[in-house]
Amino acid sequence: MTALRLSGLTKAWSRTAAPVLAGLELAVEPGRLTALVGPSGSGKTTVLKLVAGLLAPDAGDIRLGGRSLLGLPPERRRVVMVFQAPQLFPHLTVAQNVGFGLRMRGLPPARIAALTEAMLDRVQLAGFGARLPAGLSGGQAQRVALARALVLEPEVLLLDEPLSSLDASLRDEMRTLIRDLQRATGVTTLMVTHDQTEAVVLADRIALLLDGRVAQHATPEEIYRRPASLRVARFFGGVNFLPGHAADGVFHSAIGPLPIAPGQAGGPGLLTIRPEAILLGAGPLQASVLGCSFLGPQTRVTLDLAGTLLLAMVAPEAARGLVPGQVIAATLPPAALWVIPETAAPPPAPGP
Amino acid sequence: MRAEPLRLALAAALALWLAMPLIPLAIWSFAHGWRFPALLPGELTLDAWTYALSPASGVLESLGVTIFIGLAVTLLAALVGVPAGRALGLHQFRGRGLVLMLLLAPVILPGIAVALGLHGVFLRLGLTGTVTGVILAHLIPVLPYMTLVMAAVFAGFDTGAEEQARALGARPAQVLWHVTLPAILPGLMTGALFAFLVSWSQYLLTLSIGGGRVQTLPLVLFTFATSGRNDVTGAVAMIYILPGLLILALTTRRLTGRSPVLGPGIGPGTDR
Repeated sequence: MTALRLSGLTKAWSRTAAPVLAGLELAVEPGRLTALVGPSGSGKTTVLKLVAGLLAPDAGDIRLGGRSLLGLPPERRRVVMVFQAPQLFPHLTVAQNVGFGLRMRGLPPARIAALTEAMLDRVQLAGFGARLPAGLSGGQAQRVALARALVLEPEVLLLDEPLSSLDASLRDEMRTLIRDLQRATGVTTLMVTHDQTEAVVLADRIALLLDGRVAQHATPEEIYRRPASLRVARFFGGVNFLPGHAADGVFHSAIGPLPIAPGQAGGPGLLTIRPEAILLGAGPLQASVLGCSFLGPQTRVTLDLAGTLLLAMVAPEAARGLVPGQVIAATLPPAALWVIPETAAPPPAPGP
Repeated sequence: MRAEPLRLALAAALALWLAMPLIPLAIWSFAHGWRFPALLPGELTLDAWTYALSPASGVLESLGVTIFIGLAVTLLAALVGVPAGRALGLHQFRGRGLVLMLLLAPVILPGIAVALGLHGVFLRLGLTGTVTGVILAHLIPVLPYMTLVMAAVFAGFDTGAEEQARALGARPAQVLWHVTLPAILPGLMTGALFAFLVSWSQYLLTLSIGGGRVQTLPLVLFTFATSGRNDVTGAVAMIYILPGLLILALTTRRLTGRSPVLGPGIGPGTDR
């Protein structure tokens, strides 16, 4: 298990354009699955292509286990990338597709056949070896693509939106398969996705890419509950923000003083709370209900707290009988409150 | 189906219309004297074929030269046309329109003008009267064809497969051989077959650049045709049209999705 370290990674498509990556720093934890998340166009795929050696950075370094990968061609990096589309070679059978990389390395055919067969078995495609890619379903093709990469036993596996080409019904299955295979092989994996829920479910660590840099790199829970900036919070579905001032375990804002968990930075900041952390029915705060919408497993309640709008997600039972205009008691649990310091506002994008 | 007899009749009429000029030539090649107003020759003989296939006639030698030139032209056209077609098919770049126009120029310009102009240049380069010169001259009509076919092939080509192969550890040469080439092969084959045919049927360029010293089959055929040997002309003409028919038979299915012989819609008993 080797650590992958990206430092100062910079890439621009032309000399005049703003760089898509601007000094990106990321230490990928060995043996774990890290999700690289970001809005479309944020350069996520570019990061993967730089690591795979399909592109060269303008500046910065990519190190794997202490040695720099820069200047090494893709075939000498021990890094394998799986693209968004399965990109199976149509003229080769499933088995030949899986064995492609091994064949390029010049392994003897008997060894290729044995490794290929074992790998097809692992992705639940035993017996599919003789088929042509044209006869496969989307999920099967994606599994072949995954097998084709894993059979090479890379030190780093790069996955570019591995689920985006699949139907919703197949995603869960594929997600589990990726999760299981990654755990079983222990291959250091960097997966790109624009879907924050996918990242939260799959990844050990999440790195959020904003403005060509990693805005936050943490566990999914950490990034959910303790976002480093307003933009990070917004990207992961944060909706409740309250400007104010933190001092000595209390946050002062328009809705009055609120106790917060200790250890948080003092000074001006934005208080944030996940909608599902707000408790209704009891507590020191009085909120008036502006509206309710039933969303199935949860009900979304819009609240007005002393002129501040808050969105709460509660169990349908807790919201039963609520009508607009009604005043209800609410609690903002101190442990769920997080203050984003004002200084963490994203720096303006570097301009010319 | 009621339309079927009509379609059959039309197809037969078209085939007859195209084959008509060849029928007398085919008969001539076996004729021993065939004078007006006889509908068919009185006597059949293999004399013309024997002569045509004997070393004395020079037909076989010229067949070799023509095949060699055709293969060389096809190979060179592929070597230039594949990368050029890739650039034109995959990328939008400044001057792309100009390149396309220049490629089509030899097709648009009258052949005689191209041949005469080229002759002047090749004379200075010492290429006239040589097989090399003829090969280079043939590239003028062949290259645009090959390049445009390959541009169309690459327009539908997904370079993602090449990138994926690279990311799986294939070296650039391996990507070309194992991924790109298999993907473009059907188009390349079609382009190559037609490139060969275009070279095969060159008359004016071969005559002006070869100056009579490079005797390809059409030149030999024309010599016999003007010398009044109708029977030998017929035999040589049959040899001359053979590759065209073969290539047509090979590619029709690919080009139209139908078998050349008795394909659906033409043959009986294939109503769907």
